[in-house]
Amino acid sequence: MNKFKFEQRFKDLPCRALVAAFLCSFVFGVGTAHSMDGLGKVATPDELKAWDIDVRPDFVGLPKGSGSVEKGMEVWEAQCASCHGVFGESNEVFTPLVGGTTEEDIKAGRVAALKNGSSPQRTTLMKVPTLSTLWDYINRAMPWTAPKTLSTEEVYAVTAYILNMGGLVDDDFTLSDKNMAEVQNKLPNRNGMQTNHGMWLVSGKPDVKEKRCMSNCKPASKITSSLPEYARDSHGNLKDQNRLVGPVRGSVTVADAGQKKSAEPKLSTNSGESLFKANGCVACHAVDQKKLGPSVVAVAQKYADKPDSKDYLAGKIKGGSSGVWGDMPMPAQGHLSDEDLSALSAWFLSKKK
Amino acid sequence: MSFDIPSDTPLGQVVRAPENFVSRSDIALVNRVNDTDRRSFFKKAFAAAAVGTVAASPALAAAAKSDPAILNLPEHSKGLGQPVAARPYGLPSKYEENLQRRESPGLTRVNASSVSFCPLQGLFGVVTPSGLHFERHHQGWWDIDPTQHRLMINGLVKKQMVFTVDELMRMESVSRIHFIECGANSGMEWGNVAVPTVQYTHGMLSCSEFTGVPLIKVLEYCGVDLKKGRFILAEGADGSSMTRTIPMEMVESGEVLLAYGQNGEMLRPENGYPLRLVVPGVQGVSWVKYLRRIEVGDKPYGTKDEAIHYVDLMPDGTHRQYTSIQECKSVITTPSGGQKLLAKGFYNITGLAWSGRGKITGVDVSTDGGKNWKTARLQGPINDKSLTRFNLPWVWDGKSDVLLQSRAVDSTGYVQPAYRALREVRGEKSVYHNNAIQSWRVDAAGEVHNVHVG
Repeated sequence: MNKFKFEQRFKDLPCRALVAAFLCSFVFGVGTAHSMDGLGKVATPDELKAWDIDVRPDFVGLPKGSGSVEKGMEVWEAQCASCHGVFGESNEVFTPLVGGTTEEDIKAGRVAALKNGSSPQRTTLMKVPTLSTLWDYINRAMPWTAPKTLSTEEVYAVTAYILNMGGLVDDDFTLSDKNMAEVQNKLPNRNGMQTNHGMWLVSGKPDVKEKRCMSNCKPASKITSSLPEYARDSHGNLKDQNRLVGPVRGSVTVADAGQKKSAEPKLSTNSGESLFKANGCVACHAVDQKKLGPSVVAVAQKYADKPDSKDYLAGKIKGGSSGVWGDMPMPAQGHLSDEDLSALSAWFLSKKK
Repeated sequence: MSFDIPSDTPLGQVVRAPENFVSRSDIALVNRVNDTDRRSFFKKAFAAAAVGTVAASPALAAAAKSDPAILNLPEHSKGLGQPVAARPYGLPSKYEENLQRRESPGLTRVNASSVSFCPLQGLFGVVTPSGLHFERHHQGWWDIDPTQHRLMINGLVKKQMVFTVDELMRMESVSRIHFIECGANSGMEWGNVAVPTVQYTHGMLSCSEFTGVPLIKVLEYCGVDLKKGRFILAEGADGSSMTRTIPMEMVESGEVLLAYGQNGEMLRPENGYPLRLVVPGVQGVSWVKYLRRIEVGDKPYGTKDEAIHYVDLMPDGTHRQYTSIQECKSVITTPSGGQKLLAKGFYNITGLAWSGRGKITGVDVSTDGGKNWKTARLQGPINDKSLTRFNLPWVWDGKSDVLLQSRAVDSTGYVQPAYRALREVRGEKSVYHNNAIQSWRVDAAGEVHNVHVG
């Protein structure tokens, strides 16, 4: 019923205000108007395309395209290997992606190592039940310091290369929107998930049921696990992690605590240091210990006394480098401005001991 | 007899005179102490006690001396203090700097995808100061310009829409107190004792008053199809663009909020400024920060953090997927691991209890490792899916056989389990959603240790 006819029908009623009120509630009731009308705007197709990037296990949302294992290896070595290792096996930065699965697992869709504990770590390929998950995550969040910069082809290619490293597809394989479902049926842990538990909904049924016993509930307690003495200082001096007043103090767990305060998380005003932290350098470098790459101190020791060391280092950071400190290449940091590069390399060199 | 000022005795803490007199070696020891103003008080006091006639009782010996903290007026009683707005945004006292969020060394290898733990050992009541709220970032944190932030609603709705933060803040709002706990909280402790203090065993836990708009109101405004649309996907705007599936039942309850406020101010950047999802009772990873999009769908999404991580390994080699609820749990925060009792005598055992399925209805405390229990006093406010504070008076007799435990009960009647019960069902490697009873051992020196008991 349209509004005009409705008003015509009731125009002779003595109290027009009543009609208006009635009309109002009627219109509100059928949902053609809302008290919040005017808030928000309808999303444009381009806006939806820009943000609606998720890919579901049934591949709803998967863009058309393809990428080869060969191309994937190229992308991998340039953008992924520095954190994940050349064969996806590295444990230096993240838990390994590849390993721990067998031909048998691929056939069964269940990873035996998850039950028999034969793998020291649970790699991504040991766990992931859905291929969409890999594609979606690489597309939205990789590479680590520059997420959402891979093309659709590169995402297919990198996904294909990971599958290749896991022995799921051959070296000459090309992954595409057409064969994703087929490859899904090769995932080693595709049958390894269960949702038969009470922990998804507030109303779910808990998996244990204990009684509220109040007295003489069990024999005297035995201590079954405690922190070994050598780990007493594993979290610094606990005295410095407790208040100076109150019913308790922190235990002294570091002997020469008077001199050495445990590390305080303080933001630095040093722009070199903040650049170091803000640009993902810490994924591979630490100040005074070797991680995937050399420590800052080691770099400083090597270059600080050389002429033009600041410019040399700035160039290495900007352009990337390989072979100087080991096999692991350092990716180029082309996004840094010259000022930032200068501050960063000056800070590196200031760490000479 | 010997007397010793423990090396960790803080300045200003009155140490009781031990007995009727002090030996020569003790005087020598006191004299070796650096001669700061306050310590010289002790030195004089003990030296005086050593000179022949001695007060009849140790208590009197201590009481007879007047306290220089009273006799010598401090600077702040005799001078002019700081003006208003000297610190336009207030900060804690400099004497409180020990209470900070901290990382657990060796837990993660990359600090932009890591955790900092909340110092539960020093907090009061139930609300976590925003600056001490635990952090979990998946790809680093950002301070996002709120004028440029948008929320998109798409999927199974009549009108796919975009909202500015202005528009969300114009809507009718609610404020509610809820806990947020990471699904991996206490995960390091699943197999055996791994960390020393409650900050690291339970510190991926915080509680705030959140302000925002019930998500269901905004979905209804967009014309949501609740018949088909039984799931939502929440997505963040940060590099990780965190995604999690949330069942529509939770949204329909009205409890899920599009939150911008936290403890009376806007969310902190580390906690998702300017917009995050609040999903009461559910693990923190679902409370997507920097929230940019809600998609309504008819199936779960199997995202990275519900297909590779945050899945619970069972003894048969399967993983439980979409485990979300943080079940009923509690922990004693004082006295707790890594703390030392000042002396024998009276203490208030205090701690926190919470449940993702409802309200806390009771907390029991044991001092003998779970053989006998006493019911603690619950301190208000007692809110649904919120931290609840409990207290129990206790006198420590100086003995070393103390094993402190707390056990919470929630409004569904569920009783917080012992490790034994959880491991019987979940095996040795489950790690996530560990809500087992925590034990603290008090030794003869008053030091408190993290232990597991059988």
